[in-house]
Amino acid sequence: MLYIPCPYCGPRDETEFAYGGPSHVTRPELTATDREWTHYLYHRANIKGPYPERWLHSFGCGRWFNVVRDTTTHDILEVYLMGESGRPPEQAP
Amino acid sequence: MQRYSLLNVIRRAASSNTGWGPAWRTPTLRPSYDVVVIGGGGHGLATAYFLAKKHGVRRVALLERGHIGQGNSGRNTQVTRSNYFYPVSSSFFDHSLRLYEGLGRELNFNVMLRQDGLINLAHSLHDLEINRRWANAIRMNGVDAEVLSEADIRRLVPSLNTRPRFPIVGGLIQRRAGISRHDAVVWGFARGASAHGVDIVQGCEVAGFRQTGSRVTAVETSQGTIQCDRVVMSVSNQCSVLAGLAGFTLPITTTTLQAMVTEPIKPILDACVISAQIHAYVSQSDRGEIVIGGSADVNNSYRQRGSPAITRGVLASVLELFPSFSRLKLMRQWAGAVDITPDTSPIMGLTPVRNLYINCGWGTGGYKAIPAGGDTMAQTVVEDKPHPLIRAFDLARFERGALIDEGAASGVAH
Repeated sequence: MLYIPCPYCGPRDETEFAYGGPSHVTRPELTATDREWTHYLYHRANIKGPYPERWLHSFGCGRWFNVVRDTTTHDILEVYLMGESGRPPEQAP
Repeated sequence: MQRYSLLNVIRRAASSNTGWGPAWRTPTLRPSYDVVVIGGGGHGLATAYFLAKKHGVRRVALLERGHIGQGNSGRNTQVTRSNYFYPVSSSFFDHSLRLYEGLGRELNFNVMLRQDGLINLAHSLHDLEINRRWANAIRMNGVDAEVLSEADIRRLVPSLNTRPRFPIVGGLIQRRAGISRHDAVVWGFARGASAHGVDIVQGCEVAGFRQTGSRVTAVETSQGTIQCDRVVMSVSNQCSVLAGLAGFTLPITTTTLQAMVTEPIKPILDACVISAQIHAYVSQSDRGEIVIGGSADVNNSYRQRGSPAITRGVLASVLELFPSFSRLKLMRQWAGAVDITPDTSPIMGLTPVRNLYINCGWGTGGYKAIPAGGDTMAQTVVEDKPHPLIRAFDLARFERGALIDEGAASGVAH
């Protein structure tokens, strides 16, 4: 069971949250090629290790935020607000 | 290869069973191969087997970083079925089921296939309508399916509570579906592949690919570098990592799927019973354990440990359907990391790297596809063009927008 530190409410059980998939996926311009568009729609980094992702505290404050979680250990390494970019990868623990 | 037969059993018994050798060889890695298959799960082993046996490819290496059958091939719930909606899925999975039906004889290894049927439950009239449509589609595809009434289901599964919180109004059965023994499938293919000359090398992890232009020339492993003509990647949850080493990305998300078994009891359940609505499925193994599965975890994970929140939800659903199971002890709970595609259908065939072939994206249901996955991938590698049965499952379908959105694959039916 994940114990997720909501930046607004503090740490809560995983069952209070909804998962939002990877963070920082950028929508390409309308001039994008089919390949770029496919990449945006379907291809995922699917990182083995520290992974930036979005969570929604649906049974709490109802707000979205970002979490960096190691997908091999489930350790939560960092929490930051929407619109922020988090630590640059080289500084991540 | 020592054949397994009644005569040989009697012979070995006469010599106190001392004469049985290992079922497969333990070779050392050679410096070059015609085909390198990465991944010693069911799909990889079956691919190597068919390459060597059906196509006569002489120098095949199968690399496995741990032991064979330790990944999802040893963690699934052993269900085989072909009740798919779209013709492309149906023809592929029915080919697989037909291969399963002859697999014991093909491999000279009892895979313990038991075709006692698979029942999908309908909890509302809308469910029942969808089941009817689904049954029609399956039958149009030339596969067996029957719509069941509540009375039929009661007769087939007397232990089922047909009046749970969401009452059961009917269902759908594929009678040729069933369960088999997953370890036997892995061991049978390994033994057969080894007998036909495949080098199965365990404890050998792939570290990278040497490429010239868009071709792989060599595979770098923890046991040295191997020159090769062709490479097959059959590594389920690790496919994004390996594709990254080869320089391309995949539309794959790796997450967790768990399963569990109770203590063994006397036979109470013939068919596998599935409820897509309340996310649970149940069967009874030949050892008597009640085998339980359900929904996947929500978040990305390579950890192979399921969330207790999901365990609790799945068990609650199962006890709604089978209240009598509430007194059983849960013996084991485990999880596998599964590779899920956006349309829940697999990815098989060619990749942006010219001589690298991929077989992945099986998500929550790759076990049933092992023989056909091996058969079609072997031909794809030999002919360097996709086998007709897997042409629609190529990686490029996402760019074409030709997704195979197979609800029957995603359900909770594995």
